[in-house]
Amino acid sequence: MRTLLYALVSAAAVVLAGPALAKDKLTVYTYESFTADWGPGPVVKKEFEAECGCDVEFVSVADGVALLNRVRLEGASTKADIVLGLDTNLTADAKASGLFAPHGPVTDVNVPGGWSDDTFVPFDYGYFAVVYDTEKLKTPPKSLKELVEGSADDKIVIQDPRTSTPGLGLLLWVKSVYGDKAPEAWAKLKAKVLTVTPGWSEAYGLFTKGEAPMVLSYTTSPAYHMVAENTERYQAASFEEGEYLQIEVAGITTTGAKNPLAAEFMAFMTGPKFQDAIPETNWMFPAGKTDKPLNPAFGKLVKPTKTLLFSSEEVAANRKAWVDEWLAVMSK
Amino acid sequence: MRDSAASRLEKGAPVRLDKVSFSYGEAPLVFDVEFAAAKITAIMGPSGSGKSTLLNLVAGFETPQSGRVLIGGADVSVEPPSMRPVSMVFQENNLFAHLTVAQNVGLGRSPSLRLTEADHAAITEALERTGLAGKEKRLPRELSGGERQRVALARVLVRDRPVLLLDEPFASLGPALRDDMLDMVAAVHAERGMTVLFVTHQPEDARRIGQNMVFLDDGLVAATGKADDFFAGAGPEAFRRYIGAST
Amino acid sequence: MQRATSDPRITAGIAALAAIALLIGGAFAGLLFEGVHDLSGAWAAFDPYLLRVVRFTLWQAALSALLSVVPALFVARALSRHPRFPGRAFILQLFAVPLALPAIVAALGILALYGRAGYFAGVIGGGSWPGIYGLSGILVAHVFFNLPLATRLFLEALQTIPTDQWRLASQLGMAARSAFRLIEWPTLRAALPGVAGLVFMLCITSFTIILTLGGGPAATTLEVGIYQALRFDFDPARAVTLTLLQIALTFIVMLALTRLGANVVGDTNLPVAQRRYLSVGGGETWLNAMLIVLALLFVVGPMAATVMAGLGADLDRLAGEATVRQATLTSVVLGFLSALLSVMLSLALTMARRALALNSRAGRKTLLEHAADTGASFVLVVPPIVVGAGWFLLLRHVGDVFAIAPVMVVTVNAVMAMPFALRAIRPAYDAASERHERLCAQLGIVGWNRLMLVDWPSLRRPLATAFAFAMALSLGDLGVIALFGSDSVQTLPYLLLARMGSYRTEDAAGLALLLGLVCLSLIVAAHWLGREKLRDA
Repeated sequence: MRTLLYALVSAAAVVLAGPALAKDKLTVYTYESFTADWGPGPVVKKEFEAECGCDVEFVSVADGVALLNRVRLEGASTKADIVLGLDTNLTADAKASGLFAPHGPVTDVNVPGGWSDDTFVPFDYGYFAVVYDTEKLKTPPKSLKELVEGSADDKIVIQDPRTSTPGLGLLLWVKSVYGDKAPEAWAKLKAKVLTVTPGWSEAYGLFTKGEAPMVLSYTTSPAYHMVAENTERYQAASFEEGEYLQIEVAGITTTGAKNPLAAEFMAFMTGPKFQDAIPETNWMFPAGKTDKPLNPAFGKLVKPTKTLLFSSEEVAANRKAWVDEWLAVMSK
Repeated sequence: MRDSAASRLEKGAPVRLDKVSFSYGEAPLVFDVEFAAAKITAIMGPSGSGKSTLLNLVAGFETPQSGRVLIGGADVSVEPPSMRPVSMVFQENNLFAHLTVAQNVGLGRSPSLRLTEADHAAITEALERTGLAGKEKRLPRELSGGERQRVALARVLVRDRPVLLLDEPFASLGPALRDDMLDMVAAVHAERGMTVLFVTHQPEDARRIGQNMVFLDDGLVAATGKADDFFAGAGPEAFRRYIGAST
Repeated sequence: MQRATSDPRITAGIAALAAIALLIGGAFAGLLFEGVHDLSGAWAAFDPYLLRVVRFTLWQAALSALLSVVPALFVARALSRHPRFPGRAFILQLFAVPLALPAIVAALGILALYGRAGYFAGVIGGGSWPGIYGLSGILVAHVFFNLPLATRLFLEALQTIPTDQWRLASQLGMAARSAFRLIEWPTLRAALPGVAGLVFMLCITSFTIILTLGGGPAATTLEVGIYQALRFDFDPARAVTLTLLQIALTFIVMLALTRLGANVVGDTNLPVAQRRYLSVGGGETWLNAMLIVLALLFVVGPMAATVMAGLGADLDRLAGEATVRQATLTSVVLGFLSALLSVMLSLALTMARRALALNSRAGRKTLLEHAADTGASFVLVVPPIVVGAGWFLLLRHVGDVFAIAPVMVVTVNAVMAMPFALRAIRPAYDAASERHERLCAQLGIVGWNRLMLVDWPSLRRPLATAFAFAMALSLGDLGVIALFGSDSVQTLPYLLLARMGSYRTEDAAGLALLLGLVCLSLIVAAHWLGREKLRDA
């Protein structure tokens, strides 16, 4: 009993002690799947540490939304030098918090529609897409219109825009295609919605369990199944109206503005050593120059005919009203 | 605890309830009575007449709404039970089921069971005195009902307080066993000379060891006197009816 | 009265209450302090949509409570009438597991059975089965969580019926029906409002189940609104407003139940093995066996589905992963500490409540007594994310907020497990106190002495039960960890969700199995430990 107690107490000490301190350190806040063993984190850490001769410490939270909130909760006293993993739907709110500093000059950024933002720098991007199960659905919808007006028997799992970024992505997608007619579109789409989950994980879990033949995810999702599971069963549907874009960005905090390593990291981030890691670890498209060619699997992915994107200011200004509009229709 | 002022009282302190009133929210009980020092007083009365309440007031389990409880002349009305110069034996639950006989007795010396050599000696002696020698390590569930009450008496011996309250402690024992126990109480009383308040339903118990008698009826002290006189027919009418009805 | 205030048990109870009040109050203070800059959110919370949300929140909670509690009455009775039902002890242990499962694990388990691609759909004939999304899904999940809980609680109540009553009943030749009416029902009736209240509170705060199985925003609860306010909008004022509304609504419902004679903490007793003098007829035996088997199938089904899915995962690789081991260790350590704290707080409250009750036997209950009595269970309806966020805001000016993450997880989970720990500890303590109170007072056994010499031996078993239950509950937590989790503090459920979030569904299923097994072994261990200890006592 005594040794057990001792073991527990020392284990508690290890758990409670948290990350160790070191000199010349760069602290990066990011989301969970970035730092996972199979994510880009380990490669990025190794490469940048070799370049700067410093220590990189990743602190990861569940997702992009949790990331912004973590920084907002910590306020000006945050330990983060860099916050990596917000998307453009969050950047206006992030700027409004006053916790981010403008970055230095950035070159070689390549995202659809170009980039000009003085605070945030993109590191990858992807498109939201309806991913379907080829064994269950022989004729996938060819447009958002077909999805909205198609048979109610072909169900789709979507995410709640109040709690998840892909959920918000679909909301914006429908808005950008239908404009003022969005409520009518949702009223029709509602019949096809099997369920609305709190996050992407739950939705994708239901989809792969076979609960529904379609799920809202990314055009790059099939690449994972092709590369990691060697199956072409899951495919993204290509929509005539185009796909809605998600750009993931990083920014320097007011804390990081005092740390020269932060600017160095931002430059590194858009370079090939970082960007090479992105496609097959984060399953997104690189936003900067790469040295290696993309895995052929990425060549098989849906190429959007048109890129849809609201500016982050538009999103920030209208999100509440649009979500309420969605709620009014969906809760009838 | 052993050195508290209370327990250094003279052996056999008088117990007095001075216009003590108490109520459970119904009709109030009012006790105004004195129990003579170093005597065994039997307390009798019909069910609900307040016998147990009277003992609880003396022991400190209940606090009077008015009036005073005096032991050896000192007002103990607001003293907690453990600070009063009193030991009490209940009808049941006198022992902690998970503690051994010796430990249960030892609690009479130290509530934390930190016992000295002298304490151990006293415990052994008390157990011998109550016929429990050799059963020190037993648990209460391994004892008979009579033996359990003997353990309680052994604890009374080691506690050595000037007042002993007995709340029908032998009611569930057979007649022969009950007589043995009563004789043991009488012997302990003869040796230590404490004041004993003895609640019982059995007239023969009261007759066997009772010296004085207090008869309660309907929450009041109806009569007091020598036990012998009561049984000789000098008691009040209510007492005679009670005896008649109960035997 | 002088004695009352100096009783260390009451002091301990006041300290425990103060700690809980500090935890909740501090969180509100932190949120309000931050939210006071912009109170518009508080008013904006009262939009037309809110009324619908409130209505649905109450409606689903009431229905869930009804559907869990009524069948539980009969299952508990069936179990109580067949003390030697094959595997009875194991059934009861299985019944303790659902509550400890993370909601997402349970939801996926339920879908594996009743979903559109579930086993059930396979039997019915593919394609035609619509699945169980919507209110029906929510109810199935809530009943899965709460029917076993209610059954256990009712069974405990039934076991308080004195053996003599059964002897009498059998001597008088009472048939099953009259025995139920005259003996079992009065006991169940007394326990009913308390159990219903607890289930209601658990359902009112349901979140993942509602969102995953609810089908859409038509089925949404206040808890979702609170979550959104903190997670997406970062609107502390709105979060506080909605939380207060949730507490107020629950309070009204509890008040109504109290009018029906509820004691929200419950006066049920510890299950004790009794000799029963029962003669159960052949027909009734059949009926009871059917009831038990049906309930068992209902509860075991989703668990079995979880096991099946888990066995499909690469368990060897998972078990070898450093991350999994670290997460398991973290979960166990945090769960252990939080269970310890939970049991200590509950014991303090139990002792204080008893001491207060003894002091005011004749008088009216004091405010303090009420607080120690039922107040503690209201923590169930304070969303953990609110407590977490509030303290984060409060402490960020003071020091390293990273360091408080594990502390927050431990404390919040400890408090959330209290209503259950109280149920296990209180009846045993009260019964022991009934036997020992006067003796302790007489012999001056108080405070630490009393705890070690008198209370500990008779409470070991219920304390072990409470501890295991609290630990199982904490192990499954995703509420606090969702806000505080990071790569430095990863628990098993957190890792499970992370795996799901990176396409690794199989890993997640494996972790769900692991988590379920840890919970089950805790419950079994508690049962076993409790029995062992009792023997040498």
